[in-house]
Parts: sequence; C-alpha cells; structure tokens
Amino acid sequence: MRDVAVIAGYALRESLRRKVFLIVLLLSVAFLTLYGIGVWRAFEDTAGFVPPDQLGLDSTVVTGATVLGLAMFATLFLGTVLAIFLTLGVVRGDAERGLLQPLVVRPVGRSTLLLSRFLAAAGVCALYVGLLFAIETVTTGLIGGWWPDNAVAAGAELAFAVVIVVALSLLGSIFLTATANGIAVFMVFGGGLVAGLLAQIGRAIGSDTLRSIGRWASYVLPFEALYQDALHVLTAGTTGFERFALELGPFGGSSGGGVGVVLWAAAYLVLIGLAGIAAFARRDLP
Amino acid sequence: MPPALAVSGLGKRYGSVRALDGVDLELAEGELLGLLGPNGAGKSTLVKIACGLVRSTGGTVEICGAPAGSPTARRSLGYLAELFRFPGWMSAEELLVLHQRLAGSDGGAAERTELLALVDLTEARDRRIEQMSKGMQQRLGLAQALIGAPPVLLLDEPTSALDPAGRRMVRVLLEELRSRGHAVLLNSHLLSEIELVCDRVAIISRGRLVAEGAPADLSRARGVEVETASGVRLFEGASRDDAPAIVARLVGEGEQVYGVRVLATTLEDVYLEVVE
Repeated sequence: MRDVAVIAGYALRESLRRKVFLIVLLLSVAFLTLYGIGVWRAFEDTAGFVPPDQLGLDSTVVTGATVLGLAMFATLFLGTVLAIFLTLGVVRGDAERGLLQPLVVRPVGRSTLLLSRFLAAAGVCALYVGLLFAIETVTTGLIGGWWPDNAVAAGAELAFAVVIVVALSLLGSIFLTATANGIAVFMVFGGGLVAGLLAQIGRAIGSDTLRSIGRWASYVLPFEALYQDALHVLTAGTTGFERFALELGPFGGSSGGGVGVVLWAAAYLVLIGLAGIAAFARRDLP
Repeated sequence: MPPALAVSGLGKRYGSVRALDGVDLELAEGELLGLLGPNGAGKSTLVKIACGLVRSTGGTVEICGAPAGSPTARRSLGYLAELFRFPGWMSAEELLVLHQRLAGSDGGAAERTELLALVDLTEARDRRIEQMSKGMQQRLGLAQALIGAPPVLLLDEPTSALDPAGRRMVRVLLEELRSRGHAVLLNSHLLSEIELVCDRVAIISRGRLVAEGAPADLSRARGVEVETASGVRLFEGASRDDAPAIVARLVGEGEQVYGVRVLATTLEDVYLEVVE
C-alpha cells in the first residue's frame, strides 16, 4: 500500500505541477457560469408555457430534467477528456520517452505501478465529475426550483462511467502510443454515445435492430449504459406525460439498466484491470 | 556467495531477429566489467533483461542469486538507462526522494546530500530537472542509480552526454564504487574509457559473446621496436620478455640503443578484429 501511495502521489503531483488541475478548474468555472446562465434563461423562457389542460405537463420538470441531462452529457465529456489526458501515455508513451524505465526497475512491481496510476486518475476524475454534477444539480435546483429524483445515484453512476473510461485508456496505453491511444479512446467514447442514441431512437420507433445495437454497446462499453442509467434515475419518479415527453428527448434516459448495469460495469472494470496487468507484465519496455 | 550477475545461455528473439544467442557471462562482487560491441549487438538488450525491462526467450539471468526481474533482484540493483528522462517538473532533491521511497532506502537527507556531492550536483539540489543540461541530468541519473547502495550497478552508456571533465568524474566515481565493493556492468562505446577503468571486458557481436578477459590479456604482443643510431628497428612477434635479449644482442653487435618500445595490440585492435 505504501508503494501505491508513493506512485499515486507522484502522478497527482505531476498533474498539479503541470497546471493540469488549474486549467481544468478555470475551464470548469467557465462552463458552470455558462450553465448557470443557460439554466436561468431556460426556466425563464419556459415559465410562460401553458400546456393543454388534459396533458397535465409541468414545464419545470421537463425543463429541469432536460437541462440537467444536458449538463450530465457535458460532465461526462469533460470527465472523459480529463481521464484520457491523465492516462493516455502512462505505459507506452512514458516508456518511449524514457520516463517509465527508472520506475519499473525499482522493487515496486508492474501491477502496483499500474494500479497506482489507475487509482490516482480514477480518484481525480470521479471526484471531479461528482463535484461538477453536484454544482450543476444545486444550480438547477436553486435557479429553477427543480430537483432530480435521485441525484446521488445519478452522480455516482456518472462518476463510475468516467472511471471505466480511465481503465480503458490505461489499457490502451499499454499497447498504443500516447497519440494513438488518445484518438482511440475518444473514438470508442464517441462510438458508445452514438450506439446509445441509436438504441434510444430504436426504442422510440420500435426497431429491434437498433435496440440490439444499444444492448451490445452496453455490454462492450458499459460507460454508456451507466450514463443512460444515470439519466434514467434522474427522473425515476416522474410518470405520465412528463415522462413520455422526457423520453422523446436525447437526455430522457429511456433505458434504465438498474443494479445489473452497475454490477456488470464493476465486473467489466475487474476484467479490464486483469487484462491490463497481464499485458503490462508481458510487455518489453524499450 | 552467488555472483553479482550470472548470465547463462541467454537468448532473446524479436520476431525473426536474434538479438541475443546463448550469452554466458558472470560479474563478481566488486568487479568492473566493460560490455562492448557494435550498435545492435545486443548489449542494451542484455542489460534490460537483467533489469527486468525485457523478457528473455531463453536462458537465465540472476542478480545476486535471484531471478532477474524479481523484487529481490530489483532490490539489489541500480540502473541507469541509455535513453532515459526524468520528470522535468521535479527538482533533483524531489527525484531522489521519490526513488528512495521506491527503493525502500532509509538513507534520508544524508544519503541524498552524499549522492549529490558524489556527482557534483550539490548546488543544483533544488533546480528543476528541465532546467538542467543533459550532462547534469546524466550525473543525476547516476546518483539515482546509487540510491540504497545496491550491490550491482548496470550502467548503460553513462558518459554519452558528458564532457571530458564529466567523463573523468565518472571514471573516478566508478573506481570509488569498485573500492566500496559494488559490482558494475558498464556498457559503453568508449573503448579508451573501458580500457582505463574496467577489470574485465566482454565483447558481444551479433548477439554472441565473442571475446572476454582482462584488457591486458586480450591484447597480443605485436613486436619490439628499438631505436638505434642506425634507425628504428622492428622485431616482429617479439614480446616484452624478449626485449632484454634483443637489446643485449644489438649492443653486442656494436649498435647504440637509445630507446625500446614494446608493441601490443590495443583494445581497439582486438575489438575490431573480433567484431568484423
């Protein structure tokens, strides 16, 4: 455990000294400011909306869930960017630059090294995503007067989704150069989101093919399933026409996976970790 | 007592390329062994296998009796890579602290002070590595390799970025390390340097060990050159032991002898002969 703490501390200090956290903080403040303005305007503009009587639609619920759903998408994206940049060159990239060898020859063990780097990056990303989502939730609640049904579960699942991206990026860093890995993980991330959207469209139009794409994407890339489930639990208690209206939009979270998604994501994380440790143990370092 | 480094039948293939082909080598405690060979001969591969950076495809390597790459083996060695880089945002002091923690050294500030003094970097203790010259970084690399006073040191081209003064400093340092009982495997292209400091030399070519021995043992007598009043005379094939008799004979023949020089092949001659 002592070695894990030393290497994780080294990774965190590197990010701190290279001003990674400062840049993330500044950009996040800018994003949150824009989000606050956006939320204010959205609630202002929809306040006067009067739905037909028989629909019983509360515009505050639809507006709140939609803007917070949008914020969740942005948070997932920002968390993914952070996850990728913290890990894209951890193994092959650092080895090619000659940074890794002096550490690997120490009596620490490659698995400890990998685990430490994972814990450092996962901890930072999960904390960042959790904090950002909490601020977005509070902003939405205070400005618009709408609070999600289960904000804690939604935030936790969103953070878990980014932790999966950290693991994928670390695994990729064993095989690919830093640039190639960054591109690959971004493309996998984008592919996962597109598959999720296709599945959502499939559910809306009743297409089995599109629904199966979404199901397989959930297994192969569970960060997408976690994100969808996080969207779902945001309005888990919302029913009736409001629910229907939300599910028509891209941030409606029409597909809730429940505990099964979380359990599969946990198992997936373990599998990725084991694959990474096995691959790193066999890898020759230049 | 097992040897500091024991290499037996070591092989390494990269696809169809045989980088190492059955190399046997031993390094005793307190010995300074120079590893020579042309580019691509397999020297760095051998060092990397010994460090656990690269996996062999045949044979064994042991560090102080422990299999190379095992935690016990890694605890016993210090390594300076040929192409290395330290995080530029760290200071020399911070880098040594990090490696002390990873190596499990309890030397603390006293060890860091001693090591920085040893490589002449006391003044640069708090300087960021990115502000150091390549030579300073190489000296810092040596200090890093010496953390925890490991019994075995594997140094891959440790003087490649150093100026003549820096090289001299490293030579003195290597002699000091030998006197303290460290076993050193020095991988270098600089034959003169190897000849000056190493107890033994091993030459690798095309993945095979082609020559091994003390520099003096590897050289061969090339003749005796005698400067006389009638000019310089060369006695080919004669050795140092033949010199008195040659001089006596020349004097007996009435020649005036002004100087005698025993000629032997240099390490460079031996090297070129075995690798070509």
